[in-house]
Amino acid sequence: MSLLEIKSMTHRFGGLKAVSELNISIEPGRVEGLIGPNGAGKTTVFNLVSGFYTPTEGNIIVDGRDTAGLKPHQVTAMGVARTFQNIRLWKDMTVLDNIRISQHHRLGYSFFDAVMRTKRYMKRESEITAEAYKLLEELSLVDFANEYPKNLPYGTQRKVEIARALSVKPKLLLLDEPAAGLNSSDVVTLINLVKWISENFPVTIWMIEHHMDVVMELCSHIVCIDFGETIAEGTPEEIRNNPAVISAYLGDDNI
Amino acid sequence: MKKYNVQIILAIALAILAYMAQEEIIGKYALSVLMFMGINVILSTSLNLVNGYMGEFSCGHAGFMAVGAYVSSVLGVMLFAKDKVFGPALLDPSLSIWIFPLIVIVGGVAAALAGLLVAIPSFKTRGDYLAIITIAANYIVISLVENIDTIGGARGFMGMKSVVKAMGKTVDMPWMPIWVFIFTILSVWIIRRFISSTFGKGVPAINQDEIAAEIMSVNTNKMKMVAFMLSSGLAGVAGALFAYILGYVNPGSFTILKSTEVLVMVYLGGMGSLSGSVLSAILFTLLLEALRPLQIIKWVVVPFLLILLMQFRPEGIMGNRELPDFFPRLKRFYAFKD
Repeated sequence: MSLLEIKSMTHRFGGLKAVSELNISIEPGRVEGLIGPNGAGKTTVFNLVSGFYTPTEGNIIVDGRDTAGLKPHQVTAMGVARTFQNIRLWKDMTVLDNIRISQHHRLGYSFFDAVMRTKRYMKRESEITAEAYKLLEELSLVDFANEYPKNLPYGTQRKVEIARALSVKPKLLLLDEPAAGLNSSDVVTLINLVKWISENFPVTIWMIEHHMDVVMELCSHIVCIDFGETIAEGTPEEIRNNPAVISAYLGDDNI
Repeated sequence: MKKYNVQIILAIALAILAYMAQEEIIGKYALSVLMFMGINVILSTSLNLVNGYMGEFSCGHAGFMAVGAYVSSVLGVMLFAKDKVFGPALLDPSLSIWIFPLIVIVGGVAAALAGLLVAIPSFKTRGDYLAIITIAANYIVISLVENIDTIGGARGFMGMKSVVKAMGKTVDMPWMPIWVFIFTILSVWIIRRFISSTFGKGVPAINQDEIAAEIMSVNTNKMKMVAFMLSSGLAGVAGALFAYILGYVNPGSFTILKSTEVLVMVYLGGMGSLSGSVLSAILFTLLLEALRPLQIIKWVVVPFLLILLMQFRPEGIMGNRELPDFFPRLKRFYAFKD
């Protein structure tokens, strides 16, 4: 069974059809890619999957459950985490807090526990902190635990954002242009990081990316969309040689 | 051992305050200034939760204060005093020392429910638009009170003095300073524990990036509800205490002007700094009293000081920081981040 199934999904912004009749299924355990020229609707697809928009038509099925009518935080609780094109960390809270706050869906205590500092609160808080430190350790970010993201270099901020997404223990991790704005050495680090994550975490990764070398290197399966429609899908090799993809990116010389 | 230091200091401070008030070592005037200081601390810290930590601009805090003041006043008078409208006392006045804190809390709960008036619109609205809603909420409360004749309408409502007297008659202690002190400490304590928990940190997460908060598992609607209700509930507690200190309330005390005064305290202290809000509430109360001889000119001097502050230190006295950031030695006495 596929982990994520998008069934004839259409999304309109007023008169604009950003996504039309899209059918995509993501198999578990792989790194998949979503590519397309600017304005093709890639980020809209991610916004729809993470529950930030509700599709005008069609269904999104995560792990056998329809996400229709769920709020973004509920979709996250189902195991879908994401990063953003323009890093959206909580910049005035420490890296550790950034990781801890992302556990809101499984805090397991109430307002009164927090105010009364009950046993349950103490236990859960120390568990959450320990898990956060463990994750930071694994991603070798532990030195930055008490730093503010705004003071970190851009590449590290990206990594922290990926760590934050991983901290919700997702089944599906959506990376929205993880290489955007990175220099070439950071891109290499990123490629290794994503590879390492896909090997060491029980997570399926679906990424939007413009750097073709990143996509070709990492993804075993790629979907290419343009004007909200699938124009090609297949292995990196197939995509590279697909005439529809080439004309979408480079234009059609017949016109 | 370290853990109990602050509690012991507070208990001693309360004992000294109670003793000095009882023996009249501090005069009536000084005592009332101290009590208003406490009320201002509750008001500014609770408003800071919304304006500082959550980053919404609420300017209807006095409205919630009014709800707390009126609900607890009417309840207290109904239960423990003879009143023209509400008839004779329902309970034995000697019970008042036990019931009084409950009355104050009921006022707070009523105000928290009134807070829904702002909390629910905040799901869809934010920024300037929400600010207008909070002003509207303030006006709704005031107009409602002005138009209900049984609680005195625009003339105001009184009789709370006899409840306070009944408490004093039962056990001869300065009850009002004691309760103001306790509720002030309690409010600061609740807010501090709330915002230092991972649960409560969802509130600044909304402030810093609401979309990220919503997508990274924070139930933003729930957090907004908790923050607004806690904030307005504590304003209600402050209002209840205010009513019993004065022994008289009228809608004129809870207009937008009062809300503005609280806003000034929050900005003076620093957004998102709890100790800043406490400090600025104390300083602001003292400043207003110190400038009393200037009479009406006071309201020229105080706003002018504000202009200067915003020009030269727009982040307020404390900025975003807390007391131990300035005085690390304090950490020895108290674990600030537990």
